[in-house]
Amino acid sequence: MKSLAELEAIRQRTLERINLRREDESTNIRVVIGMATCGIAAGARPVMMAFMDEINKRGLKEVTVSQTGCIGMCRLEPMVDVYLPGKEKVTYVHMTPEKVGRVVAEHIVNGRPVTEYTIGAAEDK
Amino acid sequence: MEIYRAHVLCCGGTGCTSSGSAQIIARFEEKIKEAGLDKEVKVVRTGCFGLCEAGPVVIVYPEGTFYSRVKVENVDEIVSEHLLKGRPVQHLVYTDHATQEQDASKSLDEIGFYKHQKRIALRNCGVIDPENIDEYLAFDGYKALEKALTKMTREEVIDEILKSGLRGRGGGGFPTGLKWKFTYNSPGPVKYVACNADEGDPGAFMDRSVLEGDPHSVLEAMAIAGYAIGANEGYIYVRAEYPIAVKRLEVAIKQAHEYGLLGENIFDSGFSFDIKIRLGAGAFVCGEETALMRSIEGKRGEPIPRPPFPAVKGLFAKPTMLNNVETYANVPQIILHGSEWFSSIGTEKSKGTKVFALGGKINNTGLVEVPMGTTLRTIIYDIGGGCPNGKKFKAVQTGGPSGGCLPAELLDTPVDYDNLIAAGSMMGSGGMIVMDEDNCMVDIARFFLEFTVDESCGKCTPCRVGTRRMLEILNRIVEGKGEMEDLDKLEELAKNIKATALCGLGQTAPNPVLSTLKFFRNEYIAHIRDHKCPAHHCKALLEYVIDPEKCRGCTACARACPGGAIEGKLKEAHHIDPAKCLKCGQCIEKCKFGAISRK
Repeated sequence: MKSLAELEAIRQRTLERINLRREDESTNIRVVIGMATCGIAAGARPVMMAFMDEINKRGLKEVTVSQTGCIGMCRLEPMVDVYLPGKEKVTYVHMTPEKVGRVVAEHIVNGRPVTEYTIGAAEDK
Repeated sequence: MEIYRAHVLCCGGTGCTSSGSAQIIARFEEKIKEAGLDKEVKVVRTGCFGLCEAGPVVIVYPEGTFYSRVKVENVDEIVSEHLLKGRPVQHLVYTDHATQEQDASKSLDEIGFYKHQKRIALRNCGVIDPENIDEYLAFDGYKALEKALTKMTREEVIDEILKSGLRGRGGGGFPTGLKWKFTYNSPGPVKYVACNADEGDPGAFMDRSVLEGDPHSVLEAMAIAGYAIGANEGYIYVRAEYPIAVKRLEVAIKQAHEYGLLGENIFDSGFSFDIKIRLGAGAFVCGEETALMRSIEGKRGEPIPRPPFPAVKGLFAKPTMLNNVETYANVPQIILHGSEWFSSIGTEKSKGTKVFALGGKINNTGLVEVPMGTTLRTIIYDIGGGCPNGKKFKAVQTGGPSGGCLPAELLDTPVDYDNLIAAGSMMGSGGMIVMDEDNCMVDIARFFLEFTVDESCGKCTPCRVGTRRMLEILNRIVEGKGEMEDLDKLEELAKNIKATALCGLGQTAPNPVLSTLKFFRNEYIAHIRDHKCPAHHCKALLEYVIDPEKCRGCTACARACPGGAIEGKLKEAHHIDPAKCLKCGQCIEKCKFGAISRK
């Protein structure tokens, strides 16, 4: 038999797992990864797996990871857009699995974009 | 527990299962594994989404892309395009009937079919995996039971249901709270809670969908009811023709036991409750409460006179509280959100929502849940998408075989218990069958009466003999052998049967005849006096004719005619011999020039 506390724990755990079926966009953080042929060829899949790993590890609830097609700047792939509710989207370029940890910790958790990985920084070079 | 980045929800209701959703799910699992996505994408078999017309239905989250009429062959494309590359497969996306739009970014709630709906009883159908109790828990499952057992007295629970204004969804419309109170007041150490899942109306499938899509909501409600009235045992009487529902109930009961949500001493409250399933053999009369309880007892399913009512002397001669599936599905929400919330929805005397099974001549066949007081027009046109092929709406039959047929003039009637009865029909369990100009109303009445005659248990004379006599009269009328006096005879018989039959089956059986006599009397008169069927439906009153102006003499009809009734030379107008014509209609289908018509 499960105690009330155990049931509540199951509720919370399952909610994290099925959260993406709720269509409430006001609180939802979205990580969108460019996964057209160009993105995949440039290594988008390991990047996505790294995002999922990191989000799983931290048990972040309101984050969904999804894919999109080619944005047109294939030379900058793998590209990742991060949408925080109420804020402008931030586009990261030339992403690698190694960079993912910082993006999750600084941007998704603490709300401070990692400027040096963004498209703005890449264009300045 | 793993978090997946995408969920593929596939409908596993009976409708979609029969059009191949099990194979689709298997294919998805296979292809996703093949693409190496099985750690990222999860396939979930859900209950009914309601839009059965568009089945098999697949929804991909987080985007919420709604794919309709998916075939096994389409799966590869969805996996390789959408799941692997993130590009929704545009040509498989659902097309809105009303707007002809095909928009992959549109979420479910924005589609015309769902926009006007409010889902309380169906809240979890198509959202959760019905075979996984954790998902039910995540959507506030068993919180109402927890609240009732730990924070509310038995009287408070009954009071909450009473104040909510919830009325029985199985057809009777009796205030649910009163039923609970009566059973609570009945003395005795042993009482029972029972659930009527013997959904017998042709074309009605809301209870099946709740059981298939959200079985735990019914278990939770029954446990709450058991606590309130003082019962430790519950029975679900479900048709054996609902194998998926039965299986999911069994799984749900087992899981609830494992979590201690059924069984001994739930939540350490001292309250114990268990639920058993009893399978019905499909007799329509067993949906009647007294017959149902006799059937659970292992006796012949026949009604017995009331009083005593089940609340006093029911199952095994003990006080019993019997509610319908949909009624139960509302209960946890009422306990959780309060009676005020529930009674703020609906009309003055009918609170909450009602699920309707839309069928017949309608574009969006399926299951809809709307607030009480929604007009028939909204349900049939805005949600149902109107009649297909541009045909003209003629009538809607509400309440299954015991309901009545309402004409176009009454389309603006707000649907609730009292309005439907005032209009000459009834809510019933919520079947809604739409008829267009091609339906003959006399034949419709005959069809429904034929069903009740078949299903009459034969115990009382008015139902056993009376409905049969009515059917004989109707058979004569559709064959063109009726007399004007027949109409009076039908009305007299109907009134007597309504007044004297033992149970609801007999008392309501004449309704389709009475309502069609009221609203479509001219069709009866046309059959009797003019020997014509205005809808060109009744075979005996039909004649197939070829228009010599339009006929090109291609001989296609003559070759198709199984009776050899069509004569004529090549490139000359043909002619149908009425004596030989079988009225099968094959010639019409073959004619490319529209030269053949029914008269």
